[in-house]
Amino acid sequence: MLSLINILYLVASVLFILGLVGLAHPKTAVRANRMGALGMLVAIVGTLLDRNVIDAGMNGFMLIAAAMAVGGLIGAVLALKIKMTAMPQMVALLNGFGGAASVLVSGAALHDASNPNMQLLIATAAGGVIGAVTFWGSLVAFDKLQEWVLPGKPIHYPMQQPLNILLALIAIGLAVWVVRDPSALHAYWALVVVSSILGITLTIPIGGADMPVAIALLNSYSGLAGAATGFVLNNNALIITGSLVGASGIILSQIMCKAMNRSLANVLLGKMGAGSSDGASADETYAGRVKSTSPEEIAMLLETARRVVIVPGYGLAVSQAQHAVRELASLLEAKGATVEYGIHPVAGRMPGHMNVLLAEADVPYDKMKEMSEINPTFGQTDVVLVIGANDVVNPLANTDPTSPIAGMPILEVGNARSVIVMKRSLSPGFAGIPNPLFAADNCLMYFGDGKAAVQALVAAVKEG
Amino acid sequence: METFITALTVFVLAVFVGVYVINRVPPLLHTPLMSGSNAISGITVVGAMISIATPGRVSTILGFIAVALATINVVGGFLVTDRMLAMFRKKE
Repeated sequence: MLSLINILYLVASVLFILGLVGLAHPKTAVRANRMGALGMLVAIVGTLLDRNVIDAGMNGFMLIAAAMAVGGLIGAVLALKIKMTAMPQMVALLNGFGGAASVLVSGAALHDASNPNMQLLIATAAGGVIGAVTFWGSLVAFDKLQEWVLPGKPIHYPMQQPLNILLALIAIGLAVWVVRDPSALHAYWALVVVSSILGITLTIPIGGADMPVAIALLNSYSGLAGAATGFVLNNNALIITGSLVGASGIILSQIMCKAMNRSLANVLLGKMGAGSSDGASADETYAGRVKSTSPEEIAMLLETARRVVIVPGYGLAVSQAQHAVRELASLLEAKGATVEYGIHPVAGRMPGHMNVLLAEADVPYDKMKEMSEINPTFGQTDVVLVIGANDVVNPLANTDPTSPIAGMPILEVGNARSVIVMKRSLSPGFAGIPNPLFAADNCLMYFGDGKAAVQALVAAVKEG
Repeated sequence: METFITALTVFVLAVFVGVYVINRVPPLLHTPLMSGSNAISGITVVGAMISIATPGRVSTILGFIAVALATINVVGGFLVTDRMLAMFRKKE
């Protein structure tokens, strides 16, 4: 029986890997995701054949079914109700639940182990620490994105890092205690409590705009917590999937950091904006050089444009302007223009978020271009529409080495014939610095509130 | 020790597979990648099922909560990923 179970776990693992392989292309992605789900079903069926589960009889089976029914219902409601803009919160929450499950499973395993070996003990302690950090860190991330209790801004207080280091040392001490004396169950739960506090104190300094990195990292932790649980139970399916997810989260957080030209440590410590630059002030940058424009004027520019690139920022998503933007693009395409979207890696609140928001508005995926793909094309672009984005199109990143965004790769929209920036005001973006693009000769500012402004533009183009 | 080395081997090899496979996913699909891999990490449900079934009240209670939480992770993750991926269409 044991070998049958392990073969089923192997099948499940292969299905999980194929599921990730299929995500390489949108065409195969839907099927790939369903293969992953099938893999989960295979793993669950395999576990029903486990000696413990069979010995537990009907009673045990009913308990498992009940717990799954409760979780499945909550999960389904969450998945079907959640708005696409709230996807980062959703992922944070799901991460957190995975982490919490690891804490509980490790705790139960320690409780039941009659003669635990070194591997079980070390893995239990690791599962407890990582799981608790993941759970509470994810809840804080969720809250910061939702802005319920804590503000989205980074929170700093004196002795922040020493306190974190102290908490980590206490956690390690308790972990050693658990390993040396397996009967000390209270040490395990104390470990969980300390790690929970650590999860909170590690996440509160991270600003709302840095959440893409934090969420990717927490995703990785939830995978590692799962892998640790796999070491506790000597279960290959858990180890394999845990490491796949762990790798995925780490890769994504690295991609995000690179897109901001910041180190992981810098993001995690919430340093951004702290060391503000002594660059030009907003008044010096903009003085008399900012040209404001109207929907009618933009419509005239667009009338003759052969190639238009839209650069969406998070502001676009906040104001729910995706559908209006899509309508504008269709109008322009009907007039014979090519319309593409240039998407900066940190345009949304999590990796790839902007693509999902545009896809929801029926923007075809082959129109969404990555930064490296779109940048060389700006030279042949007639009009760039920057909607609700700021720092990711700020040329200071290339020109001012003292700027807080120095070295961050940007969308080089300034190379286009004309740039239109739709924004509520000249207020700075997350980096808190003025944007010389707004004062450039080929740049026009269209002041307005996201959705209404795009709709006014759509109306003007229709009339024109 | 033997079992640990085997487990470690599996872990290290799986990390390599993960790095290789994940690097091929385009930024276009990074959000579904996160929610989908998240769903897969709900595999902890397997461990939680064993905890429920293990005799003893403590592990049954812990296991019950863990199965419920992990199932939220699994069902929520796969469904929301499916919802997102269905939106990615080619130009009509």
